[in-house]
Amino acid sequence: MEGLDITLTVLIGSAIFGYSIAFIAGFGRLAKNVFIRKFTTVYIEIFRGTSLVVQLFWFFYVLPGLLGIELSSYMIGVITIGMNYGAYMSEVVRGSILAVPKGQYEAATALNMSRFQRMRFVILPQAIRMMLPEFGNYLIQMLKATSLVSIISMADITYVGLLYRDANTSEGVAVFTMLLVIYFIIALPLIYITRRLERWASKGVATE
Amino acid sequence: MTQPLIQYEDVHKSFDDVEVLKGINLEVDPGEKISLIGPSGSGKTTIIRMLMTLEKPTSGLIKVDGTPLWHKEVNGKLVEADEKHLRKVRGDIGMVFQHFNLFPHMTILKNCTSAPINVQGVDKKVAEERAVEMLEKVGLGNKLDAYPAQLSGGQQQRVAIARSVVMRPKVMLFDEVTSALDPETVGEVLEVIRDIAKEGEMAMILVTHEMEFARDIADRIVFLESGKIAEEGKPLDILENPNSERLKTFLQRFRSNF
Repeated sequence: MEGLDITLTVLIGSAIFGYSIAFIAGFGRLAKNVFIRKFTTVYIEIFRGTSLVVQLFWFFYVLPGLLGIELSSYMIGVITIGMNYGAYMSEVVRGSILAVPKGQYEAATALNMSRFQRMRFVILPQAIRMMLPEFGNYLIQMLKATSLVSIISMADITYVGLLYRDANTSEGVAVFTMLLVIYFIIALPLIYITRRLERWASKGVATE
Repeated sequence: MTQPLIQYEDVHKSFDDVEVLKGINLEVDPGEKISLIGPSGSGKTTIIRMLMTLEKPTSGLIKVDGTPLWHKEVNGKLVEADEKHLRKVRGDIGMVFQHFNLFPHMTILKNCTSAPINVQGVDKKVAEERAVEMLEKVGLGNKLDAYPAQLSGGQQQRVAIARSVVMRPKVMLFDEVTSALDPETVGEVLEVIRDIAKEGEMAMILVTHEMEFARDIADRIVFLESGKIAEEGKPLDILENPNSERLKTFLQRFRSNF
């Protein structure tokens, strides 16, 4: 069970960072300001359009050399996975906000709510219901993506498993089966939560 | 002479290249009830949507209590209004929509208290008392904790009316509020509007296809045709002795439906 703490802490860090980025970038894409919108779009397309593995290497090798920024492996893992999945999830944020029927904006305006109040009291509570199941799916994907931090020499469960396999070459089958089971066991509660969120989300949403 | 509550001065509105309103001049006095009738596509809904600040006029002035709605005065010149100005002026206006547009994630009570509390700063207890009183008046005092999806269309529309009335606007706009309802629930909604109209303080502008209702409730009927006010006057004059051929044909089409 060695390495489990790394896998879990990377997952938690990436999730928190990723969800935050998702909201910032999601709102950025909807901003009135053209520069904010363009800038956010460029970020999203770069992170969606390139491989996570390459991004990890890039942050690990290129960034220190290029800019002289030294970050711990943990920070690099969390930032890269968070930025990568944040880019995908920002589209979920944007899509959900746009999916709230126009009539809801209009009714909120008719009640003289400000732009902020419309978002806070009317649009977001409905949009978040649509986001949560998707967020759950991405959380499961992020769990699996944490295995990639083994390539930047972090001792997560995949890394520990690979080391063990190298030392005991005959036990490769057992090691990888074991890894499979561990990932699945961690994913189980996440899958369960996602299911629950889906059911909850289907209630109390505009039927129009 | 009293100041009109609402004034439209030569208001035009185009969507892309299509001009839907071609110079509207209309005044509404405080407490006055007006029915807007006319064929679909004649611009009735656009007239009230501009007053609710949901559509921006292409040109012309709309005033509320003498204050321009879409413009504000800076050094004696009228410039385009910002969000802050719009909020200040539209506080006197309320609207009920064809598709109710209740907030699905809030209970019926919350639908009616959220804006008074958060927008007007009314004390929570006071807001709830007012909302309950109003919901009882529209016959939904037993549904306070229900969610909109659990109500029929007619019930939802009655909540929407209550939600708007608790804001105590000076003018309420009704946009074909019975068009999306099952025929058997139309009556209950019209009844609620009649009751509110009887109290008299609020001005009302109703876009409607219910001619009988328009006649009963309105002090004045305005007939719109291709983006212009073609005829207006007292309900009986308009409906019984229409001047123009167009209005005659329009009314005939409705009569033959009965």
